[in-house]
Amino acid sequence: MHPALQGLITVIVGVGGCVGYYYFSNQFLDKFLFPAKGADAGRNINRANMVRPWLFLFPAIFVLGLYLAYPVFETLRLSLTDRSQDGAFVGLANYNQMFSEPKFWEAMRNNMLWLIVVPAASTAIGLLVAQLTDRIAWGNVAKSLIFMPMAISFVGASVIFKLIYDARPEDQAQIGVLNAVWLQFDGGIGSVFLLKLLPAIILLAFAALTAYLVWTLVQPILDTQKRTGLLQLLLRLMGGAIGVWLGILAVINAVQVFGIDYAYGEPQTWLTVPFWNSFFLMVVLIWIQTGFAMVILSAALRGIPEETVEAAIVDGANPFQVFFKIKVPQIAGTIVVVWTTITLTVLKVFDIVFAMTNGQWETQVLANYMFDKLFRANDWGVGSASAIIIMLLVSPILIWNVYNARKEMR
Amino acid sequence: MDNIAGTKSSLTWAVHLSVVFLVLLWLFPTVGLFVSSFRTADQIATSGWWASMFPSEQNLVLRAADPDDFRVEQGGVFVVEGNLFDEDSAAEISVWGTSSRAIDTYVPGDVADLGDGETITVDATGNYVWTGNDDQMSGRGQRVFATAEAPPEFTLANYDNLLLDPSNNEGMAKAFFNTLTVTIPATIIPIVVAAFAAYALAWMDFPGRALLIALIVGLLVVPLQLALIPLLKLHLGIGIGKGYLGVWLAHTGFGMPLAIYLLRNYMVGLPRDIIENAKVDGATDFQIFTKIILPLSFPALASFAIFQFLWTWNDLLVAKVFLIDATGETTVMTNQIVELLGTRGGNWEVLATAAFVSIAVPLAVFFAMQRYLVRGLLAGSVK
Repeated sequence: MHPALQGLITVIVGVGGCVGYYYFSNQFLDKFLFPAKGADAGRNINRANMVRPWLFLFPAIFVLGLYLAYPVFETLRLSLTDRSQDGAFVGLANYNQMFSEPKFWEAMRNNMLWLIVVPAASTAIGLLVAQLTDRIAWGNVAKSLIFMPMAISFVGASVIFKLIYDARPEDQAQIGVLNAVWLQFDGGIGSVFLLKLLPAIILLAFAALTAYLVWTLVQPILDTQKRTGLLQLLLRLMGGAIGVWLGILAVINAVQVFGIDYAYGEPQTWLTVPFWNSFFLMVVLIWIQTGFAMVILSAALRGIPEETVEAAIVDGANPFQVFFKIKVPQIAGTIVVVWTTITLTVLKVFDIVFAMTNGQWETQVLANYMFDKLFRANDWGVGSASAIIIMLLVSPILIWNVYNARKEMR
Repeated sequence: MDNIAGTKSSLTWAVHLSVVFLVLLWLFPTVGLFVSSFRTADQIATSGWWASMFPSEQNLVLRAADPDDFRVEQGGVFVVEGNLFDEDSAAEISVWGTSSRAIDTYVPGDVADLGDGETITVDATGNYVWTGNDDQMSGRGQRVFATAEAPPEFTLANYDNLLLDPSNNEGMAKAFFNTLTVTIPATIIPIVVAAFAAYALAWMDFPGRALLIALIVGLLVVPLQLALIPLLKLHLGIGIGKGYLGVWLAHTGFGMPLAIYLLRNYMVGLPRDIIENAKVDGATDFQIFTKIILPLSFPALASFAIFQFLWTWNDLLVAKVFLIDATGETTVMTNQIVELLGTRGGNWEVLATAAFVSIAVPLAVFFAMQRYLVRGLLAGSVK
């Protein structure tokens, strides 16, 4: 049978079956099980109404349980057993094996990099675009065009960016944009400005930003008038320490930029340059996710009460102050939502790495590592163990979401 | 009012310019793919796509017509005349030569001496006159190496090749229909199931409702990576194996939390009066659902339908695990592209066209129904 015909039949059978199920189970409930007539009519109506929700819910709960809840526990079980030993219980042996593999730590390191860079960059650019397009006449067109990559598959985007990163031998015309641009640099004054001074300035600006953030985090502790709780104190100190570390790192790198010997005039195969190639992969996801961040944040910006902005302007605030001190604090909640949603996407990123490098040249990430273990090495134990690691990384967000959803419903 | 809320400042032009810059930056990659898919392999290999809008200089290897068929005797010598290019070409030759080692020996109009009285002359538009004796003027046509300025040229041959050529086993036609076969049931069935569940969660009272909603919010973020092995094992165990049925079920399951969440949030916001009036008038829950809730929830249904459609159309992982078996008969477009990336890594005319075929449908859906997509996004991100 032709698959398209099969698909059509499935749609009809599936939809018909679902609707039929709901209709006939309701009929059965009302007409046969608890008929609303005779001596027990009142009680029967009540009883029918107690059962009915479960009739409506049953297929959904069944599918959810089978396809999402059951696998969590089954994967946990599989991660503790060994397939080659007929599924015998092996305790944490799979985890031990996984932790001893350098490829796993490479994946973890890369995933952490992805987790920092992609949500930060997407949210920041998304916020920038949302703010810039907020009041210009053709803002909606601009937004719609920047939003467009959301519709493009990760695989399609990978092809698009592979063309950009394409490298040809030195004597041929470069067809990848990045190499064509790269060959324009010749070590002259322009190159020094763009490739040394500019990155150094950006890094120093980042260091200044972290210093400012560390100050705002630590300042309340130093203020002896206010008492802070122990947990808050610890969190603030921890945040401060991370900020100081990032700031120092940025300053060191800003100095080191001047010492780099760039390979001017040589076409680069960008995806094989260790460490930096991960960033070239991240660009793909940032390109896709920025539109998402922009749409949500733009709606949030629209929701800001006009009076607050007007009051600030009357008080003499400049546009930057209005943005950072009036608008951003009011949409902080939405920024967190956008950030966590992109974080979830990042944790599950598979297609981009699979299609572009397949984890070679030190670009491995957890989801691709897992796929490798499952379907190439056929090692279900370690594969499941790495899936559990992904689950563990997701679970703080899961708990946070559930907590918020419950709070909202009350 | 706009003046008070302060954007009409000196920064306005800077704002416009930076937005233009960002939009161009965001469009540039896709446009590159789009343009490349209309160029021939030669064109792609010799120049970047951004140069394709302008005339390009190409090194060509051309051949005069076969002397055995076309030679004409003129006063003791044989002559072949003609044009080196195809009929509708507008290329202009700047330099040419007769040997691959010296391709720039002559300018148009020069007469090249091929030895023993054999000569050839080529003009700028490609017209040539090739003369020689009986012996010289036989066998294959004389080769000419020319550097020519060719005007921009685009072709539909790549699409023709990839979609309409039945003998091309790397074609996308089959994968296109397979993707469609996966997508449509995997979009419609979850909507039906989720709509009923969402109604129950929104408008019916029963113990454990709050807990169920919390559970669904939790399942919203469970990575589907966890489901791969247990469910593949299950599918193999109960005899579904790898195939369409399996992938439809899997997509139904993975899309369910978002579907229920979106639809419930929307249905809760519907006016209570309508539903209570209907109840007073004696409508059953089933009637209320089909006659009132479903029609009113159309925007939410559309939002989710777009999400699910984009997600199933663009999916690679689920199809790889639950659908595509060793025969590769059921390959979907994303998988086909990844395979092309492996086997035809340098053939950008094939890759670009294949990728554009696969992203054309989602793009069309995106631009047609963007409103619903945005609405769904705003409702779907957990607040």
